[in-house]
Amino acid sequence: MSAVVDTAPAASADERAARAPWVLTAPALMLFVGVLVIPLTMTVMLSFHDWGQYKGIEPVFILKNWREIATDPYYAEMFWRTFRIALLTTLITAVFGAPEAYILNRMSGRWKSFFLLVILGPLLISVVARTLGWALLFGGNNGLVNKLLMSLGLIGTPLRFMFTETGMVVALAHVMMPFMVLSVWAALQRLDPQIENAALSLGASAPTIIRRIVLPQIVPGVLSGAIIVFSLSASAFATPAIIGGRRLKVAATLAYDEFLNTLNWPLGAAVAILLLVALVLIVVGSNALIERRYAEAFR
Amino acid sequence: MRQNGPLALIFHTLFVIFMLAPIVVVCLVAFTPEGYLSLPTHGFSLRWFRAIANYPEFVHAFWISLGLGALSSFVALLFAVPAALAIARYKFRGRDALAALFLSPLMIPHVVLGIAFLRFFTSIGMGGGFPALIIAHVIVVFPFALRLTLAAATGMDRSVEMAAISLGAGGWILFRRVTLPLILPGVISGWALAFIQSFDDLTMTVFLAAPGIETLPVRMFLYVQDNIDPLVTSVSASVIAVTMAALILLDRFYGLDRVLAGKSDTGR
Repeated sequence: MSAVVDTAPAASADERAARAPWVLTAPALMLFVGVLVIPLTMTVMLSFHDWGQYKGIEPVFILKNWREIATDPYYAEMFWRTFRIALLTTLITAVFGAPEAYILNRMSGRWKSFFLLVILGPLLISVVARTLGWALLFGGNNGLVNKLLMSLGLIGTPLRFMFTETGMVVALAHVMMPFMVLSVWAALQRLDPQIENAALSLGASAPTIIRRIVLPQIVPGVLSGAIIVFSLSASAFATPAIIGGRRLKVAATLAYDEFLNTLNWPLGAAVAILLLVALVLIVVGSNALIERRYAEAFR
Repeated sequence: MRQNGPLALIFHTLFVIFMLAPIVVVCLVAFTPEGYLSLPTHGFSLRWFRAIANYPEFVHAFWISLGLGALSSFVALLFAVPAALAIARYKFRGRDALAALFLSPLMIPHVVLGIAFLRFFTSIGMGGGFPALIIAHVIVVFPFALRLTLAAATGMDRSVEMAAISLGAGGWILFRRVTLPLILPGVISGWALAFIQSFDDLTMTVFLAAPGIETLPVRMFLYVQDNIDPLVTSVSASVIAVTMAALILLDRFYGLDRVLAGKSDTGR
């Protein structure tokens, strides 16, 4: 496997081949240790430091911040809200994104790539611009969404979307939808269309085909999409900050507030580390469950 | 395969309306002739696009974002290309762990990264500076640069390299004249995807962008937090237009599904 010139004696060429991967990855490794591992470690340590309005950050080892998070119901409520919003967002993207991916997959070539561009394109558009769009659509009691819902007779009185969890979930679902469609789409690419045709020729009805053939095969795609959507929604910042305003806090916006407004860095660090640990546990746990359950789909 | 029925097409239409509605609304409001937020009912006006010129913060932030994106994606590639070659070609102990470390910025919430970088750079005296912003962005876009380069390096035909080696090429010449041209499409798309990530990032950047080095998303976010007026919609509409142009180009030259598949696993 050596990519070096073979004029040197064999032994030294081998030695060089053994060293080569380390020489090649060393710069990136040093960068990551220096600017990622060390800062993260410092943040964990920061969460154990003390802080006071007048004394600032004191580099001592105390559990004050962690005790505050554990005992003050404000934080429990805030984390519960964060995960509730993330879960609802995940459900909505799964319920609407999976059928859409299936419909897209059945379209003919040109339409398929056109609509794929339309649906996945927003992924690359600034999330501030997309959320601003929702703020405009929601805007007050005579926002466009309320006008539409009322003219359709779906609601009698205007709903509140701005500064509510409902609004956050709708806007987040829009931001996260492409990830779900993409994930289900990838699962559908592995599905053999002939199986569907075979079921059809054997006299299966459309609902039966969906339930017995399509659904079982795209479930792994839905689940891996759900993990992505959940972890991104739980740590989302821009959308909750703009739609939720200054009052309705989620973990990311609260940590931001502690850092840049209250200046209680140790407490903000504790909130952020807790979010990171919770997400890693949830993601790793559900990944393991899914891979055990659907081992063959990932082969 | 069977065709989509009418119900499926109705669902699809509603879905597409949902996906496009906020984007279309931003673009429409940007053309309002009024001095307040409204849909342009009495003709279109470019007054709010002209107004951007009188608000130098946005123009300045745009150049900051552009420079930051271009530079950090380039620096990320300087580190990512050799690492990708090593991971693609050699089996060595710790290879999987290294790959996991290099992709880990995808797993970590950006708010945590922002906090960690803010803490780190202020404590070494680089807080609030442009170099700190570049280094932080290099870390965040690194997985995207690495992944597309890695795909290119894994799929590369090694026989051309072997031929070059047999003809006496080696070291830098071999890389510069044979390997790099072969993986260049992957490297360029890696750069493009990394650039988009850097250009769009808000959550991590908002912690590091001190006044004077605010990026466009940060400037827009801080503006929207104070008040929403037609000016910020015209700025957003311009951003959307630029993104769409880049999107169409990327789709033509590389295939959007391939670029996005690289983003799908996590991309924040």
